[in-house]
Amino acid sequence: MIPFKYVSASSVEEVVDALAASDPPRILAGGTTLVDLMKLNVEQPSRVMDITRLSELAGFDTSGSQELVFGALTRMSDVADDPVVRSRYPVLSESLWRAASQQLRNMATLGGNLLQRTRCAYFRDLQYPCNKRDPGVGCSAIGGVNRGHALLGASDTCIAVYPGDWGTALMVLDAVVDVQSVRGRRTLKISELHREPGQTPHLETNLAADELILRIRVPTTPLGKASTYLKVRDRESYAFAVTSAAVALEMDGNLVRAARIAVGGVATRPWRAHTAEQSLVGKLFTASTARKAGDLAFENARTFDQSLFRVQLGANTVAEALKIARERA
Amino acid sequence: MTPQQPVLPSDPADTSSDEFELTRREFAVAVVAVGAVGLVGVPPAQACPRGDQVSFTVNNEVHHLTDLDARATLLDVLRERLGLFGAKKGCDQGQCGACTVHIEGRRVVSCLTLALQATDRAVTTIEGVASADGTLHPVQQAFLDHDALQCGYCTPGQIMSAIACIREGHASSVEDIREYMSGNLCRCGAYVGIVAAIQQAAASGQVG
Repeated sequence: MIPFKYVSASSVEEVVDALAASDPPRILAGGTTLVDLMKLNVEQPSRVMDITRLSELAGFDTSGSQELVFGALTRMSDVADDPVVRSRYPVLSESLWRAASQQLRNMATLGGNLLQRTRCAYFRDLQYPCNKRDPGVGCSAIGGVNRGHALLGASDTCIAVYPGDWGTALMVLDAVVDVQSVRGRRTLKISELHREPGQTPHLETNLAADELILRIRVPTTPLGKASTYLKVRDRESYAFAVTSAAVALEMDGNLVRAARIAVGGVATRPWRAHTAEQSLVGKLFTASTARKAGDLAFENARTFDQSLFRVQLGANTVAEALKIARERA
Repeated sequence: MTPQQPVLPSDPADTSSDEFELTRREFAVAVVAVGAVGLVGVPPAQACPRGDQVSFTVNNEVHHLTDLDARATLLDVLRERLGLFGAKKGCDQGQCGACTVHIEGRRVVSCLTLALQATDRAVTTIEGVASADGTLHPVQQAFLDHDALQCGYCTPGQIMSAIACIREGHASSVEDIREYMSGNLCRCGAYVGIVAAIQQAAASGQVG
C-alpha cells in the first residue's frame, strides 16, 4: 500500500469542500472495496477522507408513506434485516443478504456499495494491462479468461462486470440518489448513475468528481411485495453472481399489470431489461411467458468462448425469479 | 516447550507496554480478566494524554498509541502493537474471516478495517470473551464439546463470528447458520462440528 494522509471528516460540508479543492481525497466509508484495492495498489490515493463518523448520513427510514429513505452510510446488514424491507420489498432485502458475508455487510455502506468496483481479475492485478486502470493500454480480459465477464453492455475496450447486487435491485424500484457538491444538491435516477464503458471504461458513473452520495430514496410501490432477487453463484453463499435477476411484478389475478426486470453479474452496469418486461405486461402469467421474458433479457448478449453458458443460465435465472415473484403476489 | 516471548515494536509512549513483558500465556489470562467486565456497551475511550496519540479500546482496556501508520489495519494493530494474537491474518483480503472481531458489538473483518477507523470504538477480540474466572464463553465451550476445529487457525474468527451470529438471531436453523457463517472459511473442513457447536450454544440461551 502506498502511504497516504488520513483525515476523518466531521461534516458533509467538510467533505464536499475537500472534494472541490486541488488534490481531492478518496472517500472512505466501509472500506471493503477501497482498502482491498489499496492493498493491491490498484487504488493509490495520496489522501483518504473517512466519512464513517458523519451521523447525518447514517440511518434509514422505512416507515414513510411516500418513500423509503436510506442514508448513504447505512450498513447493508441493517437494511437486509429490516422487517418492512423483508416483507414489502424482498428484492431489496435479498439483494443485500445474498451479497458478501455478514462481516462485510456490517462494514459496507449502501452508498459505497453502489460504487463498488469490478471484480475483473485483470483490473485487480497490476501486472496485466487494463483500460479501466490505465486508459488506452488495452484489455487483458478480451482474449483472456473471460468466463465471468460481461454479456451485456461491453465495448471493445472493456468487458468488466459491475458486481453489485443492491444497485441491480434498486433498478426495478425506480430508486433515486441524492448527491451533493459545493455547487449544490441534485438527484439522479438510479438508472442514470452508472455508465457503460464505451471508449472511457475508467469513467464508471455519472457522478462528478466532487459529488458525494447523501442518500438513496425508493418510492413506495405495490411492485415491492411480489419481488425477488435471485442470485446464481459458483457456491451457495458468499460469492459474486454468475447470473442474477431482480424482478418485481404487479398482478391482477394471473394477469400481469406491471413487470420490472434487471439482471446482474452479466453486464457492465446495473441492467434493466425493458423488452423482457414489455413482453409480460397485459398477458396472463405462465411458465412459457416467464421463459420468453428470460430469453428476451439476453437477446442482445455477446458471448466469449468461456461465457456462452451464462446466456441460457441468465435467461433461466430471470424465468425462475419471475415464478418466485409471482407466488408472492 | 515454554511459550515464546512475543517480539513487538517498542513504544515508549505506550502506557500499557508493560504487557509486552508477559509471556503469551500470562498475557492471555490477563486479557481474559480484563475482558470479563462486558463485551459490549463500553463507554467512549478516554482522551489521549498527548495530541499525537490515538486511543483504542480493546476488550474494555484503553490503549494509547503513537506513530501509527495510516496504512495499518485494525488487525495489524491488534497483533503487532497490542500483542493480541487471537485474530489471525489469513487471506488479508476480507475473504476468509480468520480476522473477525467485533466493533461496537458487530462482527467485522479487521483486515479491511483501517486502524484509524476503529479509534475510540469498542473492539472485542477472542481474548475478551471468556469470564474473569476463566470460564469459557458458551460458544468456546461448544466448539470444544463438538470438536469444531482441526488445526485451529480459523477458530478465533469462527467463534467471534458465531457469537455475533447467535446474537443477531441468525442461528435458528442449520440453513441460517450455514448462510450467516459463510464468511468464515475452514480449510480443514470442520463445518459439521462448527454448525453443531453453534446450534448447541444458541439453544442454551446463554449467548445474549
